Amino acid sequence: MSPGGEREVWITGVGLVTALGEGRAAHRAALADPAALAAARDGETFRPFLVHPVRALALDRFMPRRADQRTTGPWMHYGIHAAGLALEEAGVLGDAALLTRTHVLAAAAGGERDTALDEEILAGIVAGEDPDRRLNARLTEGLRPTAFLAQLSNMFAGNLSIVLGAAGSSRTFMGEEAAGVEALRVGWRRAAAGQGELFLVAASYNASRPDMLLLHQTGGRLLQGPWRDLWSRPAGGICLGSMGAALVLESADHARARGARPVARLASITHGWSDRRPGAAAAAARWPLADDRPAFVVSGASGAGPVTAEEKEYLAARGPAIAVRGTAAAIGHGVEASFPANVALAAWCAEGRAGFPPLSDDPIEAPAAGPLDRVVVTGWGPRRGEGMAVLEPVPEAAR
Amino acid sequence: MTRSVAITGIGIVTALARGVEENWAALTAGRSGIRRIARFSTEGLKVTFGGAVDHMGLDQLPVTGRCLAMGRAVAEEALTQAGLAGSAFDGPLVLGLPPIELEWPQRRDLARRAAQPDYAGILAVADAGPESAAHLDFLFGTVGERLAAAFGTAGPPITLSTACATGASAIQTAVEAIRRGDCDRVLVIGSEGSLQVEALIRFGLLQALSTHNEDPAGAVRPFALDRDGFVMAEGAAALVLERPDAAAARGARTLAYVRGCGEAADTFHRTRSNPDGSAIVRAMADAIADAGLAPDAIDYVNAHGTGTPENDKMECLAIQRVFGERAARLPVSSNKSMIGHTLSAAGAIEAAFSVLTMERRLLPPTINYHHPDPAIPLDVVPNVARPAAVRTVLSNSFGFGGQNVSLVLGLDPA
Repeated sequence: MSPGGEREVWITGVGLVTALGEGRAAHRAALADPAALAAARDGETFRPFLVHPVRALALDRFMPRRADQRTTGPWMHYGIHAAGLALEEAGVLGDAALLTRTHVLAAAAGGERDTALDEEILAGIVAGEDPDRRLNARLTEGLRPTAFLAQLSNMFAGNLSIVLGAAGSSRTFMGEEAAGVEALRVGWRRAAAGQGELFLVAASYNASRPDMLLLHQTGGRLLQGPWRDLWSRPAGGICLGSMGAALVLESADHARARGARPVARLASITHGWSDRRPGAAAAAARWPLADDRPAFVVSGASGAGPVTAEEKEYLAARGPAIAVRGTAAAIGHGVEASFPANVALAAWCAEGRAGFPPLSDDPIEAPAAGPLDRVVVTGWGPRRGEGMAVLEPVPEAAR
Repeated sequence: MTRSVAITGIGIVTALARGVEENWAALTAGRSGIRRIARFSTEGLKVTFGGAVDHMGLDQLPVTGRCLAMGRAVAEEALTQAGLAGSAFDGPLVLGLPPIELEWPQRRDLARRAAQPDYAGILAVADAGPESAAHLDFLFGTVGERLAAAFGTAGPPITLSTACATGASAIQTAVEAIRRGDCDRVLVIGSEGSLQVEALIRFGLLQALSTHNEDPAGAVRPFALDRDGFVMAEGAAALVLERPDAAAARGARTLAYVRGCGEAADTFHRTRSNPDGSAIVRAMADAIADAGLAPDAIDYVNAHGTGTPENDKMECLAIQRVFGERAARLPVSSNKSMIGHTLSAAGAIEAAFSVLTMERRLLPPTINYHHPDPAIPLDVVPNVARPAAVRTVLSNSFGFGGQNVSLVLGLDPA
């Protein structure tokens, strides 16, 4: 458990790109439209697996240089675009003086492989060619030198510096869901303690990659069609979702001094590391609210059966005052990007003091009582790592 | 209260040896750990040598297995020195690791079992269960999960990857957590076990590696005129970092202090520094300022010194800009001339060697320095270790993607 922040920390910019589109208005509209939610799923491309893909992005908006577009793949595009949106909203985009001291905390998976080359090499090996010679020759001839730069995990953060100009410190967190929790938590703690004033927390995930599906399916983690309600899936219950999420964190004093408007207050982040025997995650979780007034809960439940069921039971035990939304039903599970993406959605809910309609018929997703004055975000990884955040609206008088 | 953070234990594994004493003896004797690669076939490859840790029986393991085994070894050594072995570590784990991927032996086995050797076919036969090695060996979180379990560290382990600055970033992240009072101590581990065929080919394609295949031990030539690239290497280091009063309260011996950290991202290019050196100058100057020191207080620079034409030229330029006319007299040497570039572990390993440099009053040399580069007029401690009373060291780590971190380590807390 982290100690509370010494200084108030605001989110002054939010960027989100998912299967539902980009930005506030697109997400608010799609989250209330069952037809849009259904249309955002793709059960064909990787049948029998379902993914929630990001549709075409207007890349030129934040990445006008063709050289930048060529040396990055979709994985980086989603996160760079989201970061552009967040920096723009915070009034930091293009401001060299602010960008020089903007600290980057990124949560990243592995970057994009040349899967066509992988398949060509494997076909040769299976056809009986000398495996070592074939591999060495084909990798040497076939790999594009610059592809490595789209593949290194830290190059996502590197490109946030190169493309957008954020040039303070740069830390890339790895390790599935916990990476997203820790990137945000460390940024929040540094902002609260005065170890910097401006932080860009960014994460990205590309689900439309067979190599990414393979990483999770070696553990049998993925849902095989047809679509099923998030809260009642088997152990292999994850539908991956592409997404880019970015949050600008800032001390309230710094934001006030430069006239930046808060989207929401980041009140707390707690984290845990239970051993995941049945019941352990729920036993380790410390509900971050002190009273039982109404709260809206943006859950990052992945859909992986046992731990999703454990989270549902834990949340149901909080009583009738909370309204839960399992957002993986709408945007898929974004692994490293899941927690930051759900904090982005929660920040918008706190800002508007309003949630969004249930995404499931499960009783855990009750209609929300409004207006909201706090939003809880959960992120329990299918294997390890638990996180919870609390977001609150910033009253007009405090701005 | 001082901003310095105490180092109370270190552990080291490199291609030279396992263990602090064994490494220090080899390093100060000017021995090279670079040799021909035996782990996999190098037939047809541009580069056939490296600094593999091939003395711990890890050759058949995937990258995660090597990182885990080396990480355990160095953490045990560091915790023993710190007097903290044998019980749960009362603080978090901050880990520096390379990116992890499914590897070719696994891909090949899956393809052979599949109805057709493509991703769709592989996916259909891939499910080996959530506790299988086929799954866990390739999750990013696995090494941290197992090290956290082995040493009983508190809370979620933090795993960082900032290219060649990773080890230094892990130290810096731990120092920040201690300084802001989040914890009293942190176990920092940097571990690098990436010497596998695809990684070697990828670095080779970037034209970053030395191709002196005929002379592996003489291949890394930092700051020399005939330098032609870095050498991929493996290794690990652990450091036990503590709030000085917490270390004193339990009667621990402090080896040295992390006094300052500086970090600056370069916005210029994915593999090259800004030609004016501004980002690496900023990282070095910020580290010295963060330590509350002036450049004159630095006695020695543990250089990033990779042996690439670009890095060594830029690092020299930045040293000249930070230290002025004193740059020509300030000793600057590269551990990488002997251990190669340990990538994600380099910042941690070189910080540990910096501690020994101060404690043992001996500067490790830059070996393979036979043809000075007139454009790099530095005292690189050529070829032979040199006794010197060093109280304060600047250790540099610069990486692809514009990741630049410098650390100031010292014998004095302030």
